Amino acid sequence: MEKEKVLRVTGLNVFYKNRKRKLFSRKNKKIQALFDVSFDMEEGEVLAIAGESGCGKSTLARAIVGINKDYQGEIWQKYGRPMMVFQDPYNSLNPAKKIGWLLEEPLKVDKERTWTKEERRKRVEEIMQEIELPISMLDRYPSQLSGGQRQRVCIGIALMREPKLLIADEPVSALDVTIQAQIMELLDNLHRKHGISIIFISHDLRVVYQISDHVMVMKNGKVVEYGATRDVYRNPQAEYTRQLLKAAGITR
Amino acid sequence: MNNSKLKKLLKNPYVFIGGIIMGLILLMIIVGFFWMPYEPTKMSASEKLQGISLRHIMGTDNMGRDVFSRVMYGSRVTLMIAIGTIIIGAGVGTIIGSITGYYGGMIDEVTMRVIDALFAFPSILLALVIVSVFGVGWPQLVISLGIAFVPSFARIVRGEVLRCKNMDYIENARLQGVSDFRMIFLHILPNIKGVLASSILIGFNNAVLAEAGLSYLGVGSQPPYASLGRMLSDAQQYMFTRPSYVLCPGIVIVLMVLGFAFLGEGIKRWK
Repeated sequence: MEKEKVLRVTGLNVFYKNRKRKLFSRKNKKIQALFDVSFDMEEGEVLAIAGESGCGKSTLARAIVGINKDYQGEIWQKYGRPMMVFQDPYNSLNPAKKIGWLLEEPLKVDKERTWTKEERRKRVEEIMQEIELPISMLDRYPSQLSGGQRQRVCIGIALMREPKLLIADEPVSALDVTIQAQIMELLDNLHRKHGISIIFISHDLRVVYQISDHVMVMKNGKVVEYGATRDVYRNPQAEYTRQLLKAAGITR
Repeated sequence: MNNSKLKKLLKNPYVFIGGIIMGLILLMIIVGFFWMPYEPTKMSASEKLQGISLRHIMGTDNMGRDVFSRVMYGSRVTLMIAIGTIIIGAGVGTIIGSITGYYGGMIDEVTMRVIDALFAFPSILLALVIVSVFGVGWPQLVISLGIAFVPSFARIVRGEVLRCKNMDYIENARLQGVSDFRMIFLHILPNIKGVLASSILIGFNNAVLAEAGLSYLGVGSQPPYASLGRMLSDAQQYMFTRPSYVLCPGIVIVLMVLGFAFLGEGIKRWK
């Protein structure tokens, strides 16, 4: 039996406003960043989106989570808003707030239900266990944490309201290699344990190989290849995919 | 704020010196609430324009009033007016600056042009206009100086909000569904409190000076209860016959400004 879909994107075109607007020119040029992107995701699937920087990976992610509303096409989602983990853990945590406050915030602004103080505390402790950080870190500021610990907190914040779809935009690119492996392992564990679907964006094909079910390769805002991870890595169809694999040192 | 950060702040020489100066002035003002050597309005025809002595440590003025008592009272008035000015200026300025900076677009353009126009006005002139329309007295003075101080705070806060607005952590919070109001006051403003604190202290300086200037022009606090600026203006005609009368309130103004300046500088460097 076919599994249920969690996300279906059909014919997506995304635009950016041209920022260089002159004072007297009324022309408001738009730059198109994505061209006719279509794909879908099954429940509990891990989809990797790969491609060079500037190819529209992040634009796609931003359109899906609703930051960029200027698009044509359809984005259908089974559940409410997906959550997102950003690339740079040094910029994605508010430096003026303690970790505990940051983790509680998604619950305080939850529109679906009100959480009592007691419930919030319990949930925060649960999440701290999931992201494998000691409870004592709740009283620290982000500046007192390492990059890997910060990224764990970011993942924790994204998971507070138990989303069914998580978008990770280059979550390990800013970290060094040993920490990368730990974060990947954490994401993999969370995926297995809770059955979360994950869209994993990366420019590095080596990183996504272990955890993804499907791979989508993009170039210049277009999808150049889509398929099961194994097929794409063994038998790439597009020339560009071959180049990427070669650059990652996977094929010769 | 944790303990080690606080200790580092106190070790900062700027904060240390500024703290001592402000501490002395505050002590003088607080003591003035309970005890003053003489009643600041009590005149004595036999003791006009006396020099520094044990009986009157800052001498007496042209009506035989004790200058030290009047300085004690005057610094209280000056500080109160400065605090009121800053509360209005920084409060309104922060709200305007954060709203225009956060929403941007048309609201931002229009508000900032109005602020620019207000900025182009010398603050003393603006205060003079307001005082001449609404009459003389300390509430009018506080309100007019407060309005004159709004533009600089609005500018500073707007710039800082613009800087923070596009950070990933703000986007992250928006994804969680944080409302605009909550975003501005709980997510953005805590990040600019350092800048805000040092500009408040610098603003204090300007408020003290502006109040002194306005009182000197005769539109500030009214006799017989005088602020420091008012005392200067009364004392100027006796500048050569009795220098201590004009020097004493003048030095207290200088110290007050210096103390705030040091504290502001210290906080800026501490960040």
